[in-house]
Amino acid sequence: MYRKLLFSKSSCRRLSTQYQVAKAQLQDWKSVVGLEVHAQLLTKSKLFSGSSNVFGAPLNTAVSYFDASLPGTLPVLNRKCVEIGIKTAAALGCRINEVSMFDRKHYFYADLPVGYQITQQRAALANDGELKFPVIVPGKKTYYKKARLLQLQLEQDSGKSLHDEELKRSLVDLNRAGAPLIELVFAPDLETGEEASSLVKELILILKSLHACSCKMEEGALRVDANISIHKCGEPFGVRTEVKNIGSVRSISQAITYEIQRQFDVVSKGGTITNETRSWDATTRCTIPMRDKEVLQDYRFMPEPNLPPLRLNLSSSADSSTSSDIISVASITKDIPELPEDTRSNLVKTYQLNQDVAVILVNEPVLLEYFLNVIEHIPSIPAKLVTNFLINDLLTFCNKANIDVESCQLTYTHLEDILTALNAGTINLQACRQLIEILHQDPTQNVQTLIRDRNMEQITEDETIEQLCRQAIERQEQAVKQYKSGKKKALFAIVGEVSKLSKQKANMKMVVAYLEKMLKS
Amino acid sequence: MKRHLQLTIKQLSASYADGSISPRLVVDHALDDAVKLKHLNAFIRISPENSLHQGKESEHRYENKNQLSVLDGVPIAIKDNFCTKNLTTTCASGMLSNFVPPYNATVCERLAASGTVLVGKTNMDQFAMGSGTVDSIFGPTKNIWSNDLSDNKWHIAGGSSGGSATAVAAGICYAAIGSDTGGSTRNPASYCGVVGLKPTYGLVSRHGLIPLVNSMDVPGVFTRNVSDCVDILNAIAGPDAKDSTTIRRPFKKIDIPFFEDFDLRNVRVGIPKEYHCEGLTKEVLETWMKVADLLEDNGAHVEQVSLPNTAASIFVYSILNQCEVASNMARYDGIEYGHRAGNESSTEELYANTRAEGFNTVVKTRILTGNYFLLRKNYQKYFEKALRVRRLIADDFKRVFETPKNNEKIVDVLLTPTTLSDAPLYSDFISQSNRDQCAVQDFCTQPANMAGIPAISIPIRLSKRGLPIGLQLMSRSLNEEMLLRVAGWIEAQVEFDCLENEQIYAARS
Repeated sequence: MYRKLLFSKSSCRRLSTQYQVAKAQLQDWKSVVGLEVHAQLLTKSKLFSGSSNVFGAPLNTAVSYFDASLPGTLPVLNRKCVEIGIKTAAALGCRINEVSMFDRKHYFYADLPVGYQITQQRAALANDGELKFPVIVPGKKTYYKKARLLQLQLEQDSGKSLHDEELKRSLVDLNRAGAPLIELVFAPDLETGEEASSLVKELILILKSLHACSCKMEEGALRVDANISIHKCGEPFGVRTEVKNIGSVRSISQAITYEIQRQFDVVSKGGTITNETRSWDATTRCTIPMRDKEVLQDYRFMPEPNLPPLRLNLSSSADSSTSSDIISVASITKDIPELPEDTRSNLVKTYQLNQDVAVILVNEPVLLEYFLNVIEHIPSIPAKLVTNFLINDLLTFCNKANIDVESCQLTYTHLEDILTALNAGTINLQACRQLIEILHQDPTQNVQTLIRDRNMEQITEDETIEQLCRQAIERQEQAVKQYKSGKKKALFAIVGEVSKLSKQKANMKMVVAYLEKMLKS
Repeated sequence: MKRHLQLTIKQLSASYADGSISPRLVVDHALDDAVKLKHLNAFIRISPENSLHQGKESEHRYENKNQLSVLDGVPIAIKDNFCTKNLTTTCASGMLSNFVPPYNATVCERLAASGTVLVGKTNMDQFAMGSGTVDSIFGPTKNIWSNDLSDNKWHIAGGSSGGSATAVAAGICYAAIGSDTGGSTRNPASYCGVVGLKPTYGLVSRHGLIPLVNSMDVPGVFTRNVSDCVDILNAIAGPDAKDSTTIRRPFKKIDIPFFEDFDLRNVRVGIPKEYHCEGLTKEVLETWMKVADLLEDNGAHVEQVSLPNTAASIFVYSILNQCEVASNMARYDGIEYGHRAGNESSTEELYANTRAEGFNTVVKTRILTGNYFLLRKNYQKYFEKALRVRRLIADDFKRVFETPKNNEKIVDVLLTPTTLSDAPLYSDFISQSNRDQCAVQDFCTQPANMAGIPAISIPIRLSKRGLPIGLQLMSRSLNEEMLLRVAGWIEAQVEFDCLENEQIYAARS
């Protein structure tokens, strides 16, 4: 289900710093989060019509007579959508139903020309799945969480309305009307915003690997609604609110964290939570109430009489040879590719990576691809050196530059050259970082040339290192004193000084060894 | 009297082929008659330019001996709830008074591909909700068998496909397409003295038929004889990728050479006792019994059977009908097509005014009632329960046709009345509400829609008032061939002359 809501004009009330104070008392309270995810299916045509299903087509050009609700037109189920639905359901461990049915859900809205949405309410395509996913919270150990998938259903998307407040005019674009969606209804098994965003991240990885959905949240290809409530430990669940219009994975965590805190704030001031729909405002970073016109709506569900029940062949033999119209589930599920969790455990097993590293690699498909390529092409480079570089240097650079790994200009050849040089000891890590920056600015450059022209080679001659260390010891008297008095951490200051003196080119391993030796005496 | 009107479609097309009759002439006559009989109000719109053009094309094909089918050059009419490309399709409603479909219904497409000539679109009850063709924004259709067409002395044509029945009964067309949801083809066929077939649900595509009740709607066929009915059915039946509810199995064309030679000795005819119901007139009962005797006397096994849930059927039909109507009518909001009210101050206002202006009281009542039944709190009590009873009704038929209990024998066809009486006077008919009328008018016909089985109404004789009386035959799903064979045999025996009425003579003398 995907409803249209109107915003209320009420201004956003920011709850800011008192969070810190409130957090202490929150311990007696538990938050409960459930997600409903709509994913637009990557198909050539729509769910029940032959018109094209592409994002960004010129307004009202991908609209068949059926999509425009012309009287007398009938829905014809797109087989491809069912196949993608089955694949997704299988990947999420669902029970796929031999018979599922379509229903009409009625409500009036200008971008819903027929007056009802065709969905699966009574008998969905699949039920009772489970998604297990790693939760990454910065500064905490990665842990695994499970959420039950209650239902996976096929349904139509609506069109889009545009309201021109000044001209008092509404415009409708029906390109999206009738586009195929799967709705995934998860049980309220989550507790925090981070868990929710981690669930969605995992779901995105799965949907992408199945080519089920582009998962571009900014295009609305993946839409996440969150149901949130809080209750005192040992008491029944509280009244929940629904948060909509979450436009990015990062916002999921922010919106839910905000909403949990807001609810706690209301309750701790003696207020009560009302069952309402709220909208996430990414600019002000808070949820604001929506005027939900459908709150009192009775959708008057009714079986869709123009579509016979959808029957699937559940027998285990993948017999696709029969000319029958009935889709064989086995013939579809046999093509399911490796899923993210399998990839992680393979990485841990094959390359002895630690779990957190595997999680990060799988979350960043580009990094994973780089990793696997480097390991294959230059087996002499240790896996750990590669992952350290990819995660601590490349990914960190991207995060600081606020770009996706995909949009980093560094090419695979650059990467190979840098790692080869690093592994050979030609350059040190600092030089690597500089190279990333330079190459991102100008990807036409060549790594070897850069190292040569800009004198980036690492300093490894004993005499030079020894001399640099001596200089540093002289300059860092204070640190030396501290170190000698037992404060081992003070060594870093001296190491840093060496690095500075060598213009970041000294071999740090040698520097540490020299310094330790020199300061002992 | 135009001599070619007595011909069957096969004979007509043979005459076209040997050059003794010209398709253009026949089309001319059809258009002339449509104008002369305008006062019957059979047509909402005739399309003379189109028909003349098609007639000319057909003539060329015969000249070149490449006619498309036995239907080439045959004038037909289509009920105004089938979408016809570039030809206004109104459903006799204000809501669609300006609706010009950009596409053809499958039935229209197939008939056009067979070479038929479309004379026009016929009158009906608004959105096919009715059994009299009296609730049309274009006014009621008058029964051609009425002795007096003046004032309130005329009889109704029946409905909701009264326009199509009249176009055929009046000899304007050789065949017409209607729709049948609860009897909308068979009822006017019976009142107008023509053959009316409701095929098995799913045998003929509904694509392009503006729906009343999707799970019961079937395109229906009107002709003056059973042979013509077979020819039309053969042209329109069969799977359609655009309608997922059509039966996937390819349709095998029906071929019945001589109805008279049909041997009745292997035919088992059931007379369901529940159809001997309250309100059944003596004349209809007599007709029913006479034909049953006729069948038995000629070797058929005739026996009484029971369909115990018949009486519940009409109530259940009414609930399901209203629920689907409520849903199907939701699309008429004035945004994409159809009537749009002037007030655009808000979307809600626009919807409300558009729908208030575009629908008549009958449609509005059904929408409101249907939505009430579908409310979450009522769904189980009404809709779900109705579905369960519908299953019982279908099981009743299954038992007599396929899986008998105890020592019962199965039957091939059921013989029943189509309507309880001959055509009522308009003045009598409108003295009751649409709802009450439908409950009476559809009593014998809607069970076949509930079960999806084929049924046909054939004219038998005239009542004392000089109005036709028809009887209904029903059979198991996809058993059209048996149904039509028996119907053809009865037709040959009773020798009813569809065209023998004063209005036709008056118009053509």
